[in-house]
Parts: sequence; structure tokens; C-alpha cells
Amino acid sequence: MEKKEFHIIAETGIHARPATLLVQAASKYNSDVTLSYNGKSVNLKSIMGVMSLGVGQNADVTIAADGADEADAVAAIADTMKKEGLAE
Amino acid sequence: MTEKLKGIAASDGIASAKAYMLVQPDLSFSETAIDDPEAEIKRLGKAVDEAKAELKIIKEKAKANLGADEAEVFEAHLTILSDPELIGNIEKKIKADKTNAEKALKDVTDTFIAMFEGMTDNAYMQERAGDVRDVTKRVMSHLLGVTLPNPALIDEEVVIVAHDLTPSDTAQLDRKFVKGFITDIGGRTSHSAIMSRTLEIPAIVGSGNATTTIKEGQEVVIDGSAGIALVDPSAAELKEYKEKAAAFARQKAEWKQLKDAKSVSADGKQFILGANIGTPKDVEGANDNGAEAVGLFRSEFLYMDASELPSEDDQFKAYKQAVEGMNGKQVVVRTMDIGGDKKLPYLPLPEEMNPFLGYRAIRISLNKQDIFRTQLRALLRASHYGRLAIMFPMIATVKEFKAAKAIYEEEKAKLVAAKTPVADDIEVGMMMEIPAAAMIADKLAKYSDFFSIGTNDLIQYSMAADRGNERVSYLYQPYNPSILRLIKNIIDSSHAEGKWTGMCGEMAGDQIAVPLLAGLGLDEFSMSATSILKTRSLMKKLDTTKMSELAQKAVTDCETTEEVVELVKKYTK
Repeated sequence: MEKKEFHIIAETGIHARPATLLVQAASKYNSDVTLSYNGKSVNLKSIMGVMSLGVGQNADVTIAADGADEADAVAAIADTMKKEGLAE
Repeated sequence: MTEKLKGIAASDGIASAKAYMLVQPDLSFSETAIDDPEAEIKRLGKAVDEAKAELKIIKEKAKANLGADEAEVFEAHLTILSDPELIGNIEKKIKADKTNAEKALKDVTDTFIAMFEGMTDNAYMQERAGDVRDVTKRVMSHLLGVTLPNPALIDEEVVIVAHDLTPSDTAQLDRKFVKGFITDIGGRTSHSAIMSRTLEIPAIVGSGNATTTIKEGQEVVIDGSAGIALVDPSAAELKEYKEKAAAFARQKAEWKQLKDAKSVSADGKQFILGANIGTPKDVEGANDNGAEAVGLFRSEFLYMDASELPSEDDQFKAYKQAVEGMNGKQVVVRTMDIGGDKKLPYLPLPEEMNPFLGYRAIRISLNKQDIFRTQLRALLRASHYGRLAIMFPMIATVKEFKAAKAIYEEEKAKLVAAKTPVADDIEVGMMMEIPAAAMIADKLAKYSDFFSIGTNDLIQYSMAADRGNERVSYLYQPYNPSILRLIKNIIDSSHAEGKWTGMCGEMAGDQIAVPLLAGLGLDEFSMSATSILKTRSLMKKLDTTKMSELAQKAVTDCETTEEVVELVKKYTK
């Protein structure tokens, strides 16, 4: 399993376009990918799951990937986080 | 046989094209027990695939015809349909409950809708409930084998037939193919009617039964000036209306010549004809139609089109764009008029028995001062870039006006102290839409730089008749002597203090009202941009001495609306 933590800096948190892009990035990989926040975990390939977490500014979230391409998946998601200004 | 429908004339002009029924099909279903869950899951999968294929086509069409922003909503729908949690949960439900796909789809999506709607602290998430609802409808239609109307796919000239048209319906319409429309409900001031005038398409609203009378693909003639629609017209009728349409086009071309002319009566008295706008984008239409001012900028649209309170900078940009676009001509911005029938998803207001008589407009602004101060700062900053005026909506008392003006003065002083450029000739006025204020117009005129009469509310409050209630719509009587007396009092009071009065309601562009208002001495008439040239052309024929006589008679001698109308006709023959 590959894990990485992020501190969300975007003013509006993870919603709208950035949420869609994270889901799209995760969906490209075969690994199971989860997003955990505040003691809850959701499938990062599910837009409804991601949005239901209501991740706001200054939240600390963990991304975990489990599978053959787990390292690539986490790297791609970290890349999207940075590009979209969600986390540094 | 030709069928004739009568409704409210909402937007001038004549159109004829095939009917497009923008009507939601029946999506009801019955719950059935199934014994082959795998087959049912396959049926669901097929419906989802079909819905996705349909959405992809719509998305491409919308992108090409309407632009990337309008297409984005369909991309969001596609993402939802590809959601493994959503589809997985429906499949699980089919297996566990041995129930049909329709029921499982509804149960699972209802849970998500309830969850999103429950996020009351997050307007964005609340709106997503609507997306899930739309997606559910689309999959359901494929499960049931019925077709949803897809206005984004229209690619030939049509007349839209609908129960009502909402802003989200109209966002999907390609204006180039929509020749006209007719709805079952609505009045001259409903969203659909206002939009039709902005887009300059002939329209009829409040026809009662257009959606049940007209069938998809039938030829329909819309006479938006008379409020009459013909279904399946004969060749002779079609010819007659083609001629009428040509005459209307000629008339319009003639009016166009007045675009750069002044608004002057036959005896040389000058008036100001302005436009009502909702966003800075409407400034173009105002200029194209020869507006001499913007008499009403409905700033609440900045709030209604956003998913959170618009920031000072966002508002500043919008106001600056409007005053710059008007190029030195006055732009009167009405501060936030929320409440009544206008709600903000991110600003929850208490449920009230009588929202039109409740917490709305300036009453909210004076109570939630942070929102009000943000707006005033944005307005003050924008005043540096053109000729801006500010007015407060729903003022009932002198005390309210003074309170609002004091807050304005405070924000102005702060900006001046910070060396922010602010115009020093900003006029600060108020809407006249509450009878109590109209009765003390002489007192208010001491403090207010101008008055702007909002006729829709003034009439509804004077008559105690809800303008949206069809049963009492006969009481919407702009020419009733009672209303004319209020208007006269407002205008006379402002003139006594050397101030001016404008009107920014529908009545200002009404061909019966204009002679009366000119006679009463109204200084500025602000209306839908498309009514300006017609009104300027009418103005040229009026003699103000004669119109003063008319107005005086209407106010003192007439007993009823009908008598006033007769009198106007006699005087303008």
C-alpha cells in the first residue's frame, strides 16, 4: 500500500472542478484508491463519495492506493493536487 | 382546422415554426419483484450506457452551440454516471431486495439527494442534488423507454411549447433556432416573459393549455404583440401572418432610425428613456436600442448567479463594466433586492407566511450590514469610472432611508480617507414601491436625490393583490386612478424639492401609460431595452400640454381603469 498525506490550502476545499479531476486521475489506475478525512474513508474513484466528505480549507487528508500500480496512482494524484492548487 | 390559443402578450413580433414540446414525460413506475437479478443488472447497465451515449452527444452539441460553460453541466452528469459507488449501490440493491432497476435506482439516488440537500452550510453541494436528480431522470427514461426533451439537441427552427420556462431551461436553448415560445403559466413580469424581451423573440405566456393543445411538430404561429397563437394554420392564415411579420420588421427598421435621436415630445420637451438591465452584459443591448441611461441595474442578479456571496472585487468589476459600457450616461444601481420570490441558496432566510410582506430588500441590508457595506464599497469604487447612481429598494419610512444613507456615508468617508478615488457627484435615491412611502413623498424628497417608481410592487401593494396569483390578476391595474394619484404625488413631491422621478417598472414602456406619465411630468422612463425605440417614436407624437390636461382629467374625473383607457385613446388619436 502506498500512502501520502496532504494539507488542503485551496480556499474552497475539494469541490467542483478539482474534485472531478482527482476522480478522473484516480480512475486511470487499477489500484483501489481511497481518500480519508476526519476518520472517514471514501473511494477516490467516486465523485459522490469525494463530495460527500466535504473537505474544506486547512483539512488534512490521506490518499492511499493499493494494487499493482499504487505508486504511480499516488504520484499522479499528488501531481493533480499541486496543479489545481489544492495542496502544495 | 386551425386551433386558436389566447394568452398574455409577452414579447412583440410574429414567428411561425414547428412546435417543440419542452415537456417532461411521465417517469412514474411500479415496484415489481424480480427473480433474475443478473438480468435486471444488465438492463440497468444498458440504460446507463444509453444515457451516457446521449449525454456525450448533448455535451458536444452544447459545447459547439452554447459554449464550454454551458456544456460543463453535462460533463458533471457523465462523471456521476461513471461513479462506481452510485452504480455499485444500485446493483447491490437489486440483488439484495430482488427489486426492479427502477425502484433500486430511485432508492439509491434519493439517499444521495437527501445527503447533498442536507449540507445546508455548503451551497455548492446543495446544488449537486439537482445534478443527481437530472441524471436519475435520464437513466429512468431509458429504463422506461420514454424520451426526455433535450433542448440542447435542437437543430432546426422551432417554437418552444412549455408549461413554464426556467433559467436552466433557457440556458440550454440555442437562440438561433428558437423563433418564439408559448407557455401555460406566467405573466408579463415572469422570468420567461422578461427573457423573451431581452432575446427579442415573440412570446406568449399564461396561455393556460398550450402543452395539452399543441402536439410535437405541428406548425404554430406566435403573434407576440396580440398574445395569440394559431396551431396548424391554413395557407391563407399563414400568408396573412407572413405579411404581418413583414410589416412588423419594417416598423422595427423605422424605429431603428431613432436610435441616436433624443427623446423629445412634439412640443419639444425632453425626456430620458433608459433601459433596465440585470448584468453588465445587457449594456450592449441597451446601447443598441438607443438607451439614454440605465434606469435600473438589478444588482440581485450578481447574487443569484453566484454560488456564494459575491466579493467586493467581483461586484466592483461588474459595476465598473456597466458604467464604462454606458460611456458617461447614468447607471442607476439598485442595491440587493433579495427576498420575496428571489432566494439565495447560500443565504438561508426564515420561511415566512407572506414573503412579499416580509424580510426582503433594504430590510435585509439594514439588518445584515456586512453584506450591505460590501456592496456599497464596490459601488463607491466603481463610481470613479462613469456616472453611477445608487438607489435603495423597499423603503417605507424616512428613518429607513436615513439609516441606509448613513451607512453609505460611513463607507464613503472610509474610502475617501484611504485615498480611494470616489466620484463626488453620486446621486443616492430610493425606489417608490410602497404606498406608505408614496404618501410621504414630500418628506422623503428632502433626503432622497431622486425617486424611481417600481410599478409592479407599487400596484400589488396598493391593490393588496399578489401579482403572481391568477385569480386576482384582474386587480393588476396600472391605469387605475388610485395608482395614478400615487404616481402624481410622488412626481410632484420630487419636483417641489428640485429632484427628479423615474419609473423602472413595466408600466414605463406601456403605450397607454406613456401619454399619462408624460402628462404627469415623469422625467425618466426605464424599460426593457427593446421597448425604448417604440416609446421614443410614440413620444414624438405627444404634445405635453395636451397630455397634462389628459393626466389631470384621469386623476380627478375618472372612476375606473376603463374610463382612463378610453380617455387616453381619445387624446392620442
